[in-house]
Amino acid sequence: MANKHVITLIVNGKDYTLSVEARRTLADALRDDCGLTGTHLGCEHGVCGACTVLVDDKPVRSCLMFAVQAEGCSVRTVEGLAKGDALHLLQKAFWENHGLQCGFCTPGFLMLAAGALEADPDLSEEEIRDILSSNLCRCTGYQNIIKSVCLAANEMRACPPSADR
Amino acid sequence: MSWIGRSLPRLEDPSLLMGRGRYVADLARGAASVKFVRSPVAAGRILSIDVPDGELVFTAADLDGVKPICPILHRPDYIAVEQPILAKDRVMFCGQALAVVVAEDQGLAEDLAEEVYADIDAEDAIVDMEAALAEGAVAVHAHAPGNVLVEGVLRSPGLDAAFADAAEIVTLDLRSGRQSAMPLEGRGGVAQYDRISGRVTLYASVQMPHMLRTGLADVLQIPEADLRVVAPDVGGGFGQKMSLFPEYVALVWLARKLERDVAWIEDRRENFLASSHSRDQSFHVRGAFAKDGTLLGIDADLKSNVGAFSCYPVTCGVEPLMALAELPGPYKVPEYGVRSRGVTTNTGMMAPYRGVSRPMLTLTMERMMDVAARRLGIDPIEIRRRNLIDSFPHRSPTGLVYDEGSYKEAMDRAVAAIDLTGFRARQKEARAAGRYLGIGFSVFSERTGYGTPAYAARGMNIVPGYEIVSCAMDPSGFVEARIGSSPHGQGLKTALAQLIADELGVEPGKIKVFSGDTDATPYGWGTFASRSMVIAGGACKLAAGKVATRLRSVAAVMMQASEDHIVLEDGLARVTGTNQSLPIPEVARAAYHQSHRFPQSGPGLIENATYDPGGTFSNACHACIVEVDIETGGVKIERFIVAEDAGLLINPMIVDGQIHGGVAQGIANALFEELIYDETGNLLTVSLADYLPPTMAEVPTIEIEHLETVSDATITKAKGVGEGGAIGAPAAIINAMVDALSPFGIEIVRMPATPQYIRKLIREAERDAHG
Repeated sequence: MANKHVITLIVNGKDYTLSVEARRTLADALRDDCGLTGTHLGCEHGVCGACTVLVDDKPVRSCLMFAVQAEGCSVRTVEGLAKGDALHLLQKAFWENHGLQCGFCTPGFLMLAAGALEADPDLSEEEIRDILSSNLCRCTGYQNIIKSVCLAANEMRACPPSADR
Repeated sequence: MSWIGRSLPRLEDPSLLMGRGRYVADLARGAASVKFVRSPVAAGRILSIDVPDGELVFTAADLDGVKPICPILHRPDYIAVEQPILAKDRVMFCGQALAVVVAEDQGLAEDLAEEVYADIDAEDAIVDMEAALAEGAVAVHAHAPGNVLVEGVLRSPGLDAAFADAAEIVTLDLRSGRQSAMPLEGRGGVAQYDRISGRVTLYASVQMPHMLRTGLADVLQIPEADLRVVAPDVGGGFGQKMSLFPEYVALVWLARKLERDVAWIEDRRENFLASSHSRDQSFHVRGAFAKDGTLLGIDADLKSNVGAFSCYPVTCGVEPLMALAELPGPYKVPEYGVRSRGVTTNTGMMAPYRGVSRPMLTLTMERMMDVAARRLGIDPIEIRRRNLIDSFPHRSPTGLVYDEGSYKEAMDRAVAAIDLTGFRARQKEARAAGRYLGIGFSVFSERTGYGTPAYAARGMNIVPGYEIVSCAMDPSGFVEARIGSSPHGQGLKTALAQLIADELGVEPGKIKVFSGDTDATPYGWGTFASRSMVIAGGACKLAAGKVATRLRSVAAVMMQASEDHIVLEDGLARVTGTNQSLPIPEVARAAYHQSHRFPQSGPGLIENATYDPGGTFSNACHACIVEVDIETGGVKIERFIVAEDAGLLINPMIVDGQIHGGVAQGIANALFEELIYDETGNLLTVSLADYLPPTMAEVPTIEIEHLETVSDATITKAKGVGEGGAIGAPAAIINAMVDALSPFGIEIVRMPATPQYIRKLIREAERDAHG
């Protein structure tokens, strides 16, 4: 039907050359064209934040961005957070503090928190709460999410992750 | 060393944290995309449906040999209604599927759906219950004049005398807005067609995979064996994913018809429009009290808007009959009269949502206690103490038997934790400074883990309740437990592994729990009604116990000891009182590969067990402090305390998580969420910008205190805890708001109590005060 555009996305450090319609969202391109299904779609209108990924290190609702807009950008998804089987400090904190139940919103919260803490490692609990209130979770009542992120923030300050992304 | 009672991190989590979860949409690659064309009007006659030529578009006329969905209750007051898979002749609610289209991808399917045109002669819709029950109202279903699909009535003989003797009669008219369970992952299915066998595998985001298979096979009139249903990772359910929806029938039909894989992943708008709703209830309740605050009797007229159809398998009786059975809750109610009706309208179908009726029931009883206390000049805690049940087993007026609980103790714990006395002093100072703080309490029971007798008593044609577990230790010493239950985020697999670990003496990491696949698990009912820990847990304990007996028997032969002297712990089979032991994997391998040595126990280590308990009641008291901003009508929850008694805690961290999540949904019920139809039956709240779940900014820290009453009602000593948070929170919050606004003499009679509603009440109160 519509014209397709050939674009290259750099996702988790790897190049993906895709042929997509202009209307294809970044979320759909990541999930369906790159096969990275860790990014979830909860509302497709930019409210729930389950699809949050980092584009050039900034948290973005991937359901509200077209794939063609991300041409040449560095995209990071939940699949890129752990190093092999070694969990990122945020993932570890979510695991130890029961920061997830069904797990559907979790990738969005992880990427949002990762982006926020990389930009400002010294965020206060109140600031973290304010930032994370842009995403929805239906299972946890948020209590263990905020706990997990604050504990991970402490650990990340104590041992900052190496710069290789 | 016992694994029970430890906050073990969940075995489910690593894959979910790394983005390796497998939700249904993740399985849709390569399948054709399915899109439903939905009715834009709530009621009317279908004159024609124009479909584009040469495309894959199907309407009701194409669905030869497919039966409608028609759940049954064996009650004389129940009227069965048929739900067609695609609307036939008439549309019954806005969003009902009229046609289904199939295209190569989601975008193309949506384009194609736009080309389908339905000519519908729209009629006036019946939207609310008052209109449905009005004299001469049009019948939503022609064979159900009066629009009541189910009606339960009870009246104890002494009721009139109780009211005649009353020193005080409290009358309440309470309303709950309609809500969506709103799992973050919507519904969806991928039906894969196997060209060799003709068999279809349906991956679907559901809570009851076995029931879904039975329902699909019945409606499609195919053998169950031709169908496999798999619930992969499920992104939340809360009751919304229990029912057999027409979309799943269409999906399997399409896969068979087209002989190819098809996928339907609904979007959020579709989830609001066409998935199930709940909590649209209106209660008129009178309570008779003696001068000393003793509750003498309750007389209730309860109405639930069940929408256009009846949900399968639990039927539209689920809310009205729960309301009828459980209104008395944790209180002694000597005389009880109730009429509870399920009213049909041209709106979305009502189905279970975490708590089912009990948020409104608890609100009713807890408002009743506060109002009676005020009128009789009794302390609100004291009036509850005088009426709470305190001897067990307690038999309710509707015949429910309550096992041991800690109703008064939980209340006392909450009162102490929130420092009621200190608060009253602070409240007074705040008021002097123009700030409106309030405190509210909510004491309630949560009936959990009930088996077949409870469902049979409802007259259900399909009687759920038991769970079967197949437990095997394999030759490598790992354990495989196959359960009929179907968790979707609760962490059940971890908690079951902890139970099994204690029976078999192996660590939970060596225990694999399989669920959700009808090919790989025994027939079972799924996860709902706060049942899985109790019932699947009980069956796991029994099955693992039988495997342990076999293991001990084999080990006894191998070590030439008596079976009674073999203990299984820390991965070893030990002979007590000696230093003799064998690694359990060695015993397991022998059980399979040297079975000729063990004629008494026979080969292998595989056992099944079934558990079907009568049920057990958890109990809790919620207490909260709120501040109401009288300028904006907004509410801030300052503290929220839960004193919870869920019996023995298998994994306390998971229990706390269930409470946190339930309370958040209770806060939503009390303050934020409402599905709103306009007068034509058009749903106005179809996005998350209109329907407002609470965020991290609105949910406070929830402080939890545990009591652990151990009753004999369950073999694991655990009670269910899935719904309590959602049941108790709304009443505590509304009570606190009424307390905060007591200078205005305001009575809150509807949920959600939005800022607009609170401002309206304050304006009215101020107008009245100024004459």
